[in-house]
Amino acid sequence: MRITLDLEIKDVPGELIKVLHPISDHGGNIISIVHNRDKSTPRGRVPVKITFEIDRKLFEGVMRDLKDREIDIIRVGEQRLLEKKTVLLIGHIVHTDLTDTIDRIDSTGFAEVVDLQLTMPDLNYPSAALVTVSATGKKELGKALEILKDVGKKKKILVIEPVET
Amino acid sequence: MQRIVLVGCGVVGQGFLEIISRKRNILKRMGLDFRIVGVIDSSGGVIDENGIDPLKILEIKKRGNLPEGIRFEDVINSVDFDIGIEVTPTNPDTGEPGLSYIKAMIERGVDVITSNKGPLIVAYKDLMRLASKNGVQFKFEATVGGAMPVISLVERSLAGNQILSIEGIFNGTSNYILSRMEKELLPYSQVLLEAQELGIAEKDPTFDVEGIDTAGKLVILANAIMGIDAGIKDVEITGITGITTEAMDLAQRNGYAIRLIGEANREGQLKVSPKLIPRFHPLALDGTLNAALIQTDLAGEVFIIGRGAGKIETASAILSDLISIST
Ligand SMILES: NC(=O)c1ccc[n+]([C@@H]2O[C@H](COP(=O)([O-])OP(=O)(O)OC[C@H]3O[C@@H](n4cnc5c(N)ncnc54)[C@H](OP(=O)(O)O)[C@@H]3O)[C@@H](O)[C@H]2O)c1
Repeated sequence: MRITLDLEIKDVPGELIKVLHPISDHGGNIISIVHNRDKSTPRGRVPVKITFEIDRKLFEGVMRDLKDREIDIIRVGEQRLLEKKTVLLIGHIVHTDLTDTIDRIDSTGFAEVVDLQLTMPDLNYPSAALVTVSATGKKELGKALEILKDVGKKKKILVIEPVET
Repeated sequence: MQRIVLVGCGVVGQGFLEIISRKRNILKRMGLDFRIVGVIDSSGGVIDENGIDPLKILEIKKRGNLPEGIRFEDVINSVDFDIGIEVTPTNPDTGEPGLSYIKAMIERGVDVITSNKGPLIVAYKDLMRLASKNGVQFKFEATVGGAMPVISLVERSLAGNQILSIEGIFNGTSNYILSRMEKELLPYSQVLLEAQELGIAEKDPTFDVEGIDTAGKLVILANAIMGIDAGIKDVEITGITGITTEAMDLAQRNGYAIRLIGEANREGQLKVSPKLIPRFHPLALDGTLNAALIQTDLAGEVFIIGRGAGKIETASAILSDLISIST
């Protein structure tokens, strides 16, 4: 998942590093750091905004470490559903219960089907669906697509993924 | 002077004879003097240590086969030569007859060039080991992407780079079929017939449309430029026969093309499958073209596009291997 932390740190060397260590120690991937020296608070502290990706299970450890280091955390925000991929399904999609497939993704809690277009040719002829899946992070998106591919394999639906780059 | 034996004299072999004759003067100016001393086809052959006129062979092939009597064994046992060019038909299961021919020539101590994927798919490592043990060069640019110089691009121009991944279109037939289906919104079966009539697809199109040809090329690339020790069984393969007009239309209306893509990454994953490609992506190509998008650690992304097959195009890749061996 992707987290944005708003913090305030003392304006002395080494303070920022103190904040970053807990994130990287727990395997977080830092995406952006904004260090707002110009906007120091009346108490002489500097606001910092850090965005990072981290495994949901490991996030607690980061928070614990930050608290242990007595970092002032102003706000914790989770950005939801920011990775998106569109895949094309070909096969007997309707017969094989499309809603069930969508439910399996929506019920993960970290991914949702956000767009679906379906063509309905003659009966007994394969139909096609363009499905857009959104998830909280890259890893989560990967897991959601695995679910789709898994369903595809079991129900003989061809799953066409987008190119990587 | 370099003495050449040509094993196989079909489309590619004849293309080679044609350009070696056409380029004689340019080659001479480069200080290169190639002499054909043996040519073999499926039923016979010609040998002459004083040199064979390529145009004479082309004349004979126009009318039929080479004179019976002379076999590959005769060439190996009794002709002195420096470079063997092997262009017999591909067998992706056994690699034969090319595999035995190539081995025999390497063991004889001559440099070898091939356009035949079969032997490389079946025995890449063995052949490389054998070539280095015998101190000869073994080149195969024409096996992947025809005239598109993907192997020498990586080996020479991108030397020092690590290849992180390759994604590409390596089968002109599938690409032609998919791009025609997209443009005309015609069913696969109809476009296949049309491609067969045009000579773009073979009578039995299985190799091309089921992704086996692409998988073979991917295996060669993985071994040759990514250092991955893989065979065709390591490739996850899905072909294009399941793609419907409706699916094509739906993709197109949403700004996507569908193309058969071969991909290899550093983790050793090899995959051939139809993929959704954003309309303005470089791999959203039409017609029989081949292309490869290569991710490198130093140079970043490099994209190459070219003709994946054809008599003269494929012969061009062989000539380039020949010149690189000889200079
Ligand atoms: N055509 C292309 O655009 C292209 C592009 C890239 C790579 N390639 C590869 O290049 C190779 C040659 O392709 P091609 O299109 O030239 O094929 P081709 O037209 O079928 O020619 C094959 C040649 O090999 C000869 N041959 C067959 N079995 C033989 C044997 N047991 N011993 C000696 N010679 C034998 C044939 O003899 P006959 O003449 O007596 O039949 C023919 O001359 C194939 O491996 C192909 O996959 C082709």
